[in-house]
Amino acid sequence: MESKVKEINIVGFLCNWCSYAGADMTGLGRNIYPSNIKVIRIPCTGRMDPMMIIEAFHNGADGVLVSGCHPGDCHYTEGNFYWRRRYPHLKSLLEHFGVDRRRFHASWVSASEGKKFAEVVKKVYAEVKDWKDNG
Amino acid sequence: MARIGVFVCHCGTNISGVVDVSRVAKYAESLPGVKVAVDYKFMCSDPGQNTIIDAIKTHNLDRIVVSACSPRMHELTFRNTLERAGLNPYMVEMANIREHVSWVHSDNKELATEKAMKLMEMSVSKVRRSEVLTKMFAPIEKRALVIGGGIAGIQAALDIAAAGYKVVLVEKESSIGGRMAQLDKTFPTLDCSACILTPKMVAVSQDKNITLLTYAEVTEVSGFIGQFEVKIKKKAKSVNSKCIGCGVCVTKCPNKKSLSDFDGRLGPRKAIYTLFPQAVPNVPVIDRETCTFFLTGKCKICEKVCPTSAVDYTQQDELITEKFGAVVVATGFDIYDHSSYGEYGYGEIKDVISSLQFERLISSSGPTEGHVVRPSDQKEVKNVVFIQCVGSRDESKKRPYCSRVCCMYTAKQAMLLKDHYPETQSYVFYIDIRAAGKNYEEFVQRAQNDYGVVYLRGRVSKIYERGNKLLVKGADTLSGAQVEIEADLVVLANGLEPRKGAKEFSQLFHMSSDQYGFYNELHPKLAPVETAISGVFVAGCCQSPKDIPDTVAMASATAAKVCAIFAKEKMEVEPLIAGVNQLTCSGCETCYNVCPYSAIEMKDKEVKRGEVRHVAEVLESVCKGCGVCVGACYSKAVDLKGFSERQILSQVETATMPITNS
Repeated sequence: MESKVKEINIVGFLCNWCSYAGADMTGLGRNIYPSNIKVIRIPCTGRMDPMMIIEAFHNGADGVLVSGCHPGDCHYTEGNFYWRRRYPHLKSLLEHFGVDRRRFHASWVSASEGKKFAEVVKKVYAEVKDWKDNG
Repeated sequence: MARIGVFVCHCGTNISGVVDVSRVAKYAESLPGVKVAVDYKFMCSDPGQNTIIDAIKTHNLDRIVVSACSPRMHELTFRNTLERAGLNPYMVEMANIREHVSWVHSDNKELATEKAMKLMEMSVSKVRRSEVLTKMFAPIEKRALVIGGGIAGIQAALDIAAAGYKVVLVEKESSIGGRMAQLDKTFPTLDCSACILTPKMVAVSQDKNITLLTYAEVTEVSGFIGQFEVKIKKKAKSVNSKCIGCGVCVTKCPNKKSLSDFDGRLGPRKAIYTLFPQAVPNVPVIDRETCTFFLTGKCKICEKVCPTSAVDYTQQDELITEKFGAVVVATGFDIYDHSSYGEYGYGEIKDVISSLQFERLISSSGPTEGHVVRPSDQKEVKNVVFIQCVGSRDESKKRPYCSRVCCMYTAKQAMLLKDHYPETQSYVFYIDIRAAGKNYEEFVQRAQNDYGVVYLRGRVSKIYERGNKLLVKGADTLSGAQVEIEADLVVLANGLEPRKGAKEFSQLFHMSSDQYGFYNELHPKLAPVETAISGVFVAGCCQSPKDIPDTVAMASATAAKVCAIFAKEKMEVEPLIAGVNQLTCSGCETCYNVCPYSAIEMKDKEVKRGEVRHVAEVLESVCKGCGVCVGACYSKAVDLKGFSERQILSQVETATMPITNS
């Protein structure tokens, strides 16, 4: 069954220094993207407690996106390295628990990559929609 | 029970043009704990802020949510508002319904409004769990580091020093002066670059507050505003402080094989050299990669001729560590390398030169002492073609931006050429003439009207070598004609691009760069010299191409910012840092190991009466609030103020709930 646009709900965790600022840049550039994503600002992807993602899926989120500074550009020097390590583990763990891989995404978006953020959200939306429609 | 106020901003029509703001406010009123919700045209304006203060007093609010623009824009504004209303400044959350909603979801107003309602609701959930935080203070090291000794760095250093603060100016070349020292004359006044720059260079060397470190590079940076710890590598000059700058060593050095980068590789450079005659400090350095002694172990002529025994072959690179309270980055630019342009000969035709090479040719202190001659046969020139926008406004070269100075310097170069050689004729191929600046348009008009420079609007399709001439084929799009000009010399208006190594350098400070590599300012309009890193400022062309007056203005602006930091006794720092609940801490040391700032200390402490345990403790003045320890803690004993587990989980919960009644 085709999902209604409205029904897809994606939670986004964006680090304050790169991706959140990048998403602000998306706004400055008026790049349109799906409104399904609700953004939560975090200081750094290194702050990501896996519980926050598990909780999002547990509460019924269709998708989760975590986005931070490009590796090497972290405002806190190395915070995103911890996230880079955590992500694949968490992804395979979630898959093991039955969370389809199309639902959980990570990306690197810098403060100047406004257009890229819009593209990332579109891609995440498309994958989540694909999962929702086709299983 | 929290008493929350919600304030929804129209931002003129920026938000209200897409989002139904009154519906957002109405929805807010239905949320538990929200005592009042209003919408207003400009929440950040004076009346807007007063609306908030009045509402706080009338409804006895203890925390608020402002649904408006990005918190990166106005969080500070509203924290100050709360302070004025007598509340703790950290009891505000912003819902970003402009950058993250109205500007990006204008295609569907209904969905945009619903998302705005949701984001507002998430902020309400978060602020409900906000805690009162106390501001913290940290000491300030009142010394500034200025990196880059071009006109930007010189100006910044002089201005900071004039305010009475100590400055260390680091320059990687052997002399300060930068790009401006390479120029002959400057637009639009045609005053000579050296005449206006050298007095400033000398002022730097004589200023008691300025320590000048030339032939030095910054290699490592740690710390933060007020307390940067910087490692600087002083490269071995092989000449010590006894040098009096007589220049005998340079004259007698037999090595003539190297080319001078300063002179655009148009002239020779000795192995022991000063960058240019007016160098500051006027102390030569030995380039160990070309020096005969360092290559073969024989020669030592410079040592023999030096009257003060200043040559010292045993000098070693020296690494020093210094503390600074603030940093000005003024690392400048490189010019675009035109060897990627096939139509202009891939940089292989000798008489197709860059604009900077032309500056050196026409400069009286240049390799030809001001004679404009062809690099191929040293003959004088008659017809000269200038081509604009080389590595600027060119999508195919990934340089779509305008370099801002090329139109002007080309007009200047054509005029200088006519002044030197009245019988020459110049042609300029251009896309548009961009002469926005005081007396700039008049200057270009003068080039055309008084100096007879022929301006042709169009691109050059190919440059051929024919005999000893260059055949320049192009289009004049105004007359629609194909043009062929037989030229003796072609001068390209190379655009400005970031310095090689700009990326690696930015990573020292974790500054962000734009897609080309220019450093990002904090806000394109309202914070043009600040960066996302507090205490680090940018001046000059490392931020974007700009002319000398703009660079000088920007440098002075950074100095004002630095002085504003130093003028305070202590510095206010955000209390958004980690804290350990030692009752639940298991003492596993994970946080201690992951902390990027070594801000966690392990202590044996009496956590309960009679129970001494090995627990973690946060060093409040060192913690920067990244939260890496929180993500890593196995026993959930560490939490981050302002981004606590409860706060974020409540946002997650709200984000995944449907809107209840709309």
